[in-house]
Amino acid sequence: MAPLDDLSTCTAREIARAVNAREVSAVDIAAAVSAAVPERDRDLGAFLTLTPELMLAHARRVDERIAAGETLPLAGVPAAIKDNMCLRTTRTTCGSRMLEHWVAPYTATAVERLLGAGALPIGKTNMDEFAMGSSCENSALGVTRNPYDLDRVPGGSSGGSAAAVGGGLATISLGSDTGGSIREPAAFCNVVGFKPTYGRVSRYGLIAFASSLDQIGPFARTVEDAALTYDAIGGYDPHDATSLNQPLESTAGALRTDLRGLRVGIVKQFATADLGAAIDAAYQQAYADLANLGAELVEVELPAAKYGLATYYLIAPAECSSNLARFDGVRYGLRVDGADVGEMYEKTRAQGFGAEVKRRILIGTYALSSGYYDAYYVKAQKARTAIADDFKRAFERCDFIASPAASSPAFTFNAKSDPVAMYLMDYYTIPVSLAGLPSLSVPCGAVVPEGGTLPMPLGLQLASPLFSERLLLGAAHAYECATRHAAKLTRPQIAKAK
Amino acid sequence: MRHVAKLARLALSDAEVAQYGSQLAGLLTFVDELRELDTDHVGATAQVVESRNVVRPDELAPCLDRADVLAGAPQAQNGFFRVPQIIAATN
Repeated sequence: MAPLDDLSTCTAREIARAVNAREVSAVDIAAAVSAAVPERDRDLGAFLTLTPELMLAHARRVDERIAAGETLPLAGVPAAIKDNMCLRTTRTTCGSRMLEHWVAPYTATAVERLLGAGALPIGKTNMDEFAMGSSCENSALGVTRNPYDLDRVPGGSSGGSAAAVGGGLATISLGSDTGGSIREPAAFCNVVGFKPTYGRVSRYGLIAFASSLDQIGPFARTVEDAALTYDAIGGYDPHDATSLNQPLESTAGALRTDLRGLRVGIVKQFATADLGAAIDAAYQQAYADLANLGAELVEVELPAAKYGLATYYLIAPAECSSNLARFDGVRYGLRVDGADVGEMYEKTRAQGFGAEVKRRILIGTYALSSGYYDAYYVKAQKARTAIADDFKRAFERCDFIASPAASSPAFTFNAKSDPVAMYLMDYYTIPVSLAGLPSLSVPCGAVVPEGGTLPMPLGLQLASPLFSERLLLGAAHAYECATRHAAKLTRPQIAKAK
Repeated sequence: MRHVAKLARLALSDAEVAQYGSQLAGLLTFVDELRELDTDHVGATAQVVESRNVVRPDELAPCLDRADVLAGAPQAQNGFFRVPQIIAATN
C-alpha cells in the first residue's frame, strides 16, 4: 500500500484523495484495518464492538461508486462510532448493561451520512454509561485507556472515540457532546474534537441523554479532517425536529492560515494561574501564538459562567431522568422479572443502570418533582439564559473565545471518586454547551502531570457565536498550522498496563 | 430518598439509599450557589436555538420494520411487546 504507508498517521484528506484517485482501494484499507485493530486495541480498549464484515461491505461499495465515477469526501477513511449512535444490525450499548445486547433497528442520520460519504465503519467505541461522565470509567462494559499513558483515563464521555483516533486505530470518529464529552477527551488524547452549534447535526438515532444539549461531532487528527467530517454529517434532517433548517456551508473551504482582523476574547473569569505553573504557561503561550497569527487579544467577562456547573447539574439530570424513563424492561434490552409490573420496572432499572446514571436520574427526578420544580429546574433555566447572555455580550467585543478545554490533563484511574470533583473537569466546556455555541478543542502542548512521568497533552478550547462554524474551524486551522502541537508528542510504545 | 426513588422507578438497597442520599445532599448544597445569581428579570431558556412549532406534513412514509423493532424487546408476542399483567383479574 505504497501511497499510504502508515494508516495510523494518515489524515482523512490524504486517504480520500488516494482512494478517489484509485491509487489504493477501500477494500485494501478495510483489510489493513481489520488486520491491525484487534491487536492494537487489546491494551487501549477503545472499541466495544468491531464490525469487520460491515466495514468490508462498505469498502466494496465505496470502490464500486468510485469506479462508477463518483468522488467521495471521506472515501475509504476508517472511522469509529460512539456506541450511543444507532448502526443497523449492530449492537448499540451506550456503555450500559441495560442495552448490552440491544441491536439497533435503524441507523442514525449522522452515521448514515458518514458512511454515505465513503467512510468505513471500524466499530463502536466505549463511553461513559449513557454519556454521563468525564473519564470513560462509568462504562459498564469495558475499560478504555489513554494512548499517551495507559495508566490514565482517555476522558469522557466519548473516551473510546477519542482514544481510537489518538491511538492511531481510527482516522476519524464520531462522538457526542452534552457538557464537554467531545472536547475534554479530545484534549486528553491529543486530537481535535469539535462540537457544532446545537442543532447543526441531526440527533436522530443518537440515544438521548439531555436533549437540549446533546450534539454529535467529530474527532480527527487535524482541524481539516474535522471540517471534512462535519461537512459530511451536518445539515437539516426532517427526522430531528430540533435540527436546524439552514443551508450548511462548507467549513473545509473556509480554512485560513492567519488570524488577521480577528479579535480573540480571553475570559477574565477563566484565569489559568490556579491550574499550576506549567499549565498556565502553556495556555499563555497558546494565547500569544494566536496574537502572533495577527489576532488582537481582548479581555472579556463571563460573570455568570461560574454558575455553569450548578446550572448544568440540574438541567442535564432533569432531562436525563425524563429521557431514561423509556428503559423500563418493556421495549429495549434488559428485563428483570418482578412480582408485578411495577416491581419489574424497578428491578430492571436497578440492575440495568450503573451508579452515576442512578445518581443523575435521582437528582433530576428530585429537581422536577412537585414543590422543587421552580426552585431548582426553572432557576437553572434562568441561569442558563444569564450565561448565554454573557456570551452574547462578550461576542460584541470579540470574534471567538479561547480558554482551556479541561481543568487538567488526563488523570489516573479512580482519581476522581467524588462526583463533584469529576464534574469540575468540564468547568470550561459546560457554559459553552449551555449557550449552544460551536466550539472545539485543538492540541496546544503537553505537561507532565504532578506525580506522573509522561508528558500528557493539553487542549485549547475555541468557542464562537451560534452558527459560526466556518469562522471557528478556519481560525483553529490557522492555529494548528502555526503550532503543530499534536505531532510533537509521541505515543509511548503500547505495553501491557499494570 | 425513597420517595424520589419511587418516582424514578428505581429499586434501591439500604446501602444505596445511604450512599446516594449523602451524595445528593452534597450536590444540592453545591447547586445552592445558584441562589446568589439574580434572575428576577431573566426568562427561562429551554432551548438555545430559536425554533418553535416544528411540524411535518401528515403523510404516509416508510417506517421501521416491526420485526426489527420487536427483536430488541425483552419479550414479544403476535407482533406486540409482551408485558406482565397490569390490570388485576376480577372474579
